[in-house]
Amino acid sequence: MDLSISEEQSAIRDVISRFIENEYDFEKRMSIAEGDSAFDSDAYNFFVEQGFTAIPFSEEDGGLNGGPVETMLIMKEIGRGLVLEPYLENVILAGGVLKRLATDDQKSKWLSNIINGELQSTLAFTEPQSRFNLNDVATVAKDNGDKAIINGKKSFVLNGKEADIIIVPARTSGSQTEAEGISLFVVESDLPGISKNNYKTVDGHSASEITFKNVEINKDNLLGEIGKGYQTLESTIDDATLAVCAEATGIMKSLHDKTVEYSKNRVQFGLPIGGFQALQHRMVDTLMACEETESILLWALTTNQDDSSSLKKAISGLKYQIGIAGKHVGQEAVQLHGGMGISWELDIAHFFKRLSSIEILFGNADFHMKRFLTLSNN
Amino acid sequence: MHVSFTSEENDFQKEVNSFFNAKYPADIKDKQNKSVPLEKEDFIRWQKTLYEQGWAAPNWPVEYGGTGWTPVQKYIFANENAKANAPAIVPFGLGMVGPVIYTYGNEAQKKKFLPGILASDVWWCQGYSEPGSGSDLASLKMKAERAGNEYILNGTKTWTTLGHMADWIFCLVRTSSDVARRQEGISFILVDMSTEGVSVKPIITIEGDREVNEVHFENVKVPAENLIGEEGKGWTYGKVLLQHERTSIAGVARSQYRLSRLKEKIRNSDNTQPSLTGDSDFLKKIGQLEIELKALEFTELRTLAAVSVGKAPGPESSLLKIRGTEIQQKLDELFMEAAGYFSLPYVPQQYNLNSDPEEHVGFGADSVSSLVYFNNRKASIYGGSNEIQKNIIAKHVLGL
Repeated sequence: MDLSISEEQSAIRDVISRFIENEYDFEKRMSIAEGDSAFDSDAYNFFVEQGFTAIPFSEEDGGLNGGPVETMLIMKEIGRGLVLEPYLENVILAGGVLKRLATDDQKSKWLSNIINGELQSTLAFTEPQSRFNLNDVATVAKDNGDKAIINGKKSFVLNGKEADIIIVPARTSGSQTEAEGISLFVVESDLPGISKNNYKTVDGHSASEITFKNVEINKDNLLGEIGKGYQTLESTIDDATLAVCAEATGIMKSLHDKTVEYSKNRVQFGLPIGGFQALQHRMVDTLMACEETESILLWALTTNQDDSSSLKKAISGLKYQIGIAGKHVGQEAVQLHGGMGISWELDIAHFFKRLSSIEILFGNADFHMKRFLTLSNN
Repeated sequence: MHVSFTSEENDFQKEVNSFFNAKYPADIKDKQNKSVPLEKEDFIRWQKTLYEQGWAAPNWPVEYGGTGWTPVQKYIFANENAKANAPAIVPFGLGMVGPVIYTYGNEAQKKKFLPGILASDVWWCQGYSEPGSGSDLASLKMKAERAGNEYILNGTKTWTTLGHMADWIFCLVRTSSDVARRQEGISFILVDMSTEGVSVKPIITIEGDREVNEVHFENVKVPAENLIGEEGKGWTYGKVLLQHERTSIAGVARSQYRLSRLKEKIRNSDNTQPSLTGDSDFLKKIGQLEIELKALEFTELRTLAAVSVGKAPGPESSLLKIRGTEIQQKLDELFMEAAGYFSLPYVPQQYNLNSDPEEHVGFGADSVSSLVYFNNRKASIYGGSNEIQKNIIAKHVLGL
């Protein structure tokens, strides 16, 4: 039994934590969020230079052979710093699919360039009608000799504006909600027939609605077997779910700590408000919510990564917890800050908004409770 | 980062498991499985079995008869205990007064009291709360006045669990009122329940049982040698004991055992009872509880991992009592909900092993589910109510 992290692992955490402290303060973060660019290239390059974009990949693929614990440490700090740069989109989402399915040629073309920061990428995991169901894919890829022709619409494509390549799940057989018959294609985003409607999201990130109209791609761009993409899609989204849950625990801890600190300094009725028992108990409740979430995160991290049904169950349990406890901690932080909690100028509001996004991202609490129960009954 | 055991720990788990298979008396197990309340004799027989094995006091130092187990071994033992549905140790002797005596008592006291506690020959109860002193324990009024080689005790203790079965009681008493802080002037004293002037009156609790008592002291003469440590320092000793009570209160393994029983019950594989497997609302409550219990389990493991390498447990340990008891109470609720109408008949007599099963109302332990639910509302009240726990966390963890 050992729930500690190694020295190498804590070094990763310290590097990002120092970077955020010295070069990515709240003011800087807000200037990126409010600016026209989706993210700051220099800040993203920091992640590349430090080797963080290489972490979850095997040494053969040019990676560092890191596991979920390393990813968790990075994502927690991303949470605490409200970092906007597309680590999740490139490394966990697009990289996650490529590492599982790409051939050596495909890897050297795309994965290597994700690792070295030359290529921006993403995974288009949802469509307007599909909500959280990964198997609801109406986008179609039609066989046309040595080409495939893609028609359809992808929603909420994170990093869609900057992405040079988009991994697109498209239906090559079966009905709209069948898991079987989903194929994964790499689509270069400058191809004719692609139109993007780019926007910022409430949490300062960026996303796009992307329409594919008779987009012709080479069949070499198919990842893995035709019609067999669903399992990889699900596993990759599970990795990403675990990652954003780690990010959320970082945010929750920040919100809780900042709230306790604020309550010690904010004086009303002649006393620091932290002296009032009604508020003390609420902060104890948010402390417990943070600690319990950390515990469930450890459950997911220590679950045998090869036991896929236990792992899925733990990740759904964790995402459910984030949905419930994250909402609780976020709302309480705002409430206990009073009017300051709802002002744009304070970081509290922005932590709260990011946390609220994560609650929805990759399935809300209800969705994951249903999945948890389905997995429990098998 | 991993939660697996070493091969030595795995061997130990097998050893404990085979002990439970071989030595846990079948009749006590039968009662436990049918939710029949245990008699004093059952507890003593089981605790003596543990004593003979040398396992009665996992938390005690080896020199006083403890096991010398590592924190992980203690954890494994507690888990196996719960998995076997064996009774928990009655805590007042082995869990509470024993540690106070070996920590703060003198040699004569250790020699006199520890062997009897270890062997479960002497049955203890706890004299802390008073009619006017619950959460505000330091306001206690029971007096102990020094007269020669004796103290004269006058006052009332209440909520004394199993006091009617006990041979001895350990009490917090006021030896001085002339103090700057109310926590001063309190002493820790041991009293033989057969002493003249001690009387025990039952308090019948919500489910209709006698579990707790009021203990009255009228000019009870207690030898001065029964005072533990220094006069006036009893608050410090008493608090140590409450802290012990708090860490052992989470009951993770037992709740896990009960959750698996609940799942079995609602699955109803033999088709004789109403099934709840199609009730998505009920299933969701079970799912939520399972996740909460996972959080508690890993919180306990985090505490265990810290203690194992000699570190103090972090802030996470403070939530064990609060969430542990809340989860126990949610389980009580779910068992009662699952029993439906059959949670309502008040037929405590059918939880006697000699009663005729043909005449039983309800399935299995259905009708006792409500009694357990009502009785266990105590869990969030005793050992310092959960609101008091939150005050403590606010002060000591959050620094408010």
